[in-house]
Amino acid sequence: MSNIVVFIDHRDNAPTQHSLEVVALGASLGEVHAVVVGNSDVANAVATHGAAHVYVYEPTSQAVTGEVAAMQDAIATAASQMVLVPSTITGKEIAGRLAIRLNAGVITDASSVDASRQATQHVFGGSTIVTSKVNTELALITVRPGSAEVMNGTSGAVQNRTATDSAKSAKISATKPAVSAGRPDLTSARVVVSGGRGLGVAEGFAMLEELADVFGGAVGASRAATDAGWIDHSFQVGQTGKTVAPQLYLACGISGAIQHRAGMQTSKTIVAINQDADAPIFDIADFAIVGDVNVVVPALTQALKARS
Amino acid sequence: MKIAVLIKQVPDSWAEKSLTKDTFLLDRDSSDKVLNDLDEYAIEQALAWQENDGAELVAICMGPESATDAIRRALSMGVDSGIHIKDDALQGSDAIATSRVLAAAIKRGGYDMVISGVESTDARMGVVPAMLSEILDWPQLTFANRVSVSGSTIEIDRVTESGITTMNAELPAVVSVVEKINEPRYPNFKGIMAAKKKTVEELSCADLGVDSVGVTNAWSAVAAATTLPPRAAGTKIVDESGSSVSALVDFLAERKVI
Ligand SMILES: Cc1cc2nc3c(=O)[nH]c(=O)nc-3n(C[C@H](O)[C@H](O)[C@H](O)COP(=O)(O)OP(=O)(O)OC[C@H]3O[C@@H](n4cnc5c(N)ncnc54)[C@H](O)[C@@H]3O)c2cc1C
Ligand SMILES: Nc1ncnc2c1ncn2[C@@H]1O[C@H](COP(=O)(O)O)[C@@H](O)[C@H]1O
Repeated sequence: MSNIVVFIDHRDNAPTQHSLEVVALGASLGEVHAVVVGNSDVANAVATHGAAHVYVYEPTSQAVTGEVAAMQDAIATAASQMVLVPSTITGKEIAGRLAIRLNAGVITDASSVDASRQATQHVFGGSTIVTSKVNTELALITVRPGSAEVMNGTSGAVQNRTATDSAKSAKISATKPAVSAGRPDLTSARVVVSGGRGLGVAEGFAMLEELADVFGGAVGASRAATDAGWIDHSFQVGQTGKTVAPQLYLACGISGAIQHRAGMQTSKTIVAINQDADAPIFDIADFAIVGDVNVVVPALTQALKARS
Repeated sequence: MKIAVLIKQVPDSWAEKSLTKDTFLLDRDSSDKVLNDLDEYAIEQALAWQENDGAELVAICMGPESATDAIRRALSMGVDSGIHIKDDALQGSDAIATSRVLAAAIKRGGYDMVISGVESTDARMGVVPAMLSEILDWPQLTFANRVSVSGSTIEIDRVTESGITTMNAELPAVVSVVEKINEPRYPNFKGIMAAKKKTVEELSCADLGVDSVGVTNAWSAVAAATTLPPRAAGTKIVDESGSSVSALVDFLAERKVI
């Protein structure tokens, strides 16, 4: 059986759901050797979610290359020919550096991967599905959220290892972890409630947060809303923001410009609320409400709360 | 300080993109081409160093003949000169090949810094700066929403899904900046006129001493591409004071999201 090295991204002392999905994907293709940098609690957790082996490395102050060194060590130790990394900013950079260092082909943002090292990607905002294959001995693939169901109740072996990188790197002097506000990650949430310029004011997002919380979902935004400073840029959905594909995407006061659609049009179900009956978002909405967000959103929140 | 500003020409983001039928490469002829939106933030950041500290800026672009337009745009914003890497062998280059070629051009320039956007809006890989850092063995300070240089030390705040990380390194270094770090300027008339007199050096693979680039050497290849049918519009109802909500709740229940 082939050995698959999987990089684990972690936050708040726990592996991200996205990472655990990638572990599960790896476990469906071979034996998973997971790499955790800097946290043994995370390592122990990963061992119960499908990884046969977990390698834990010391925390690193070497930006990105610290993780690259750990991955290089794990790939050599496991004699792995397939490496799966969650498609995050850092994940893609780790894969990119490894590609150069190990002369290996890289595919980013795969939504599925099979044992023949073939990967599928949704490109152009999801309008086209591309199947690609890595031609080198070692394949490096970064994987989007939602590739597999998280596994539970397994038990793997955890071992401590060390690796430092000789490549020149920047030194980390301070970190400020992202605040999750108790909501799931935008990219892996089942439900995303997004707001645009139509909210009119920053406070509109408080209204969307309340609705998102009823679903246990995340909040997203259009570029007009992040440009206005109503919400942080990290919540932007679209071509120059995050790509999301939740079970439900609720677009509130968003016109549906092509660059916004590029980040959400593969969502399973799309609901849009917009005052303008001709808004382009309605062209791709499964359920369209021509109406005022300030009326419909609170009414919906009430109705859902009353229901449960 | 001498700074290489990496710029790419991409299909206009307002256009629907497609792949060519036979080669599965991005059909670049099917839409208008523009300077990659996200590279304008890198240009703007570099211009601040030019204006305040007298830095010399060189725009480096690898791309077909038409990419001259993107270089001209950078020059009219204020970049001092350009390098256009242009060669038929480069057609279909993947990120690895692109990084090798760009690194070769950077190595011959005596730069203190390479600055780029975080992502090209067509390829959307966001890996070229990290690859360059690996090839050049210069520290990588990428996804910055704040940068400062003092003496030979550079410090940035890197923003990712996990939060904000402050990091520093000695120059030379590879830097990429996120959208929102600044507000890129529009070229004005004076800038456009001045750009006409600026030089753009054209380089081929042979000039750079690189070979085996382009699609024939890609380490990964596209095997198939399928265009999905466009999404169809569904139910549309007009709301009067919240009247639509019960129908929406029924719909959500039917779709099993509640
Ligand atoms: C290179 C490039 C990259 C880009 N990347 C992105 C990206 O990643 N993400 C992104 O989102 N955009 C992106 N954009 C911007 C994009 O083109 C649009 O400008 C943006 O998506 C518009 O945001 P909006 O829908 O919130 O605002 P608008 O287009 O102004 O739409 C607001 C909508 O709200 C409706 N409305 C107003 N009041 C109400 C009310 N009370 N109730 C209900 N509806 C109301 C209006 O009818 C209107 O349809 C990019 C643009 C470029 C050029
Ligand atoms: N062909 C190219 N020529 C010059 N710069 C490029 C090229 N391709 C990518 N870049 C730079 O690398 C950044 C990241 O691109 P990418 O990794 O392709 O998403 C872009 O924002 C550009 O600044």
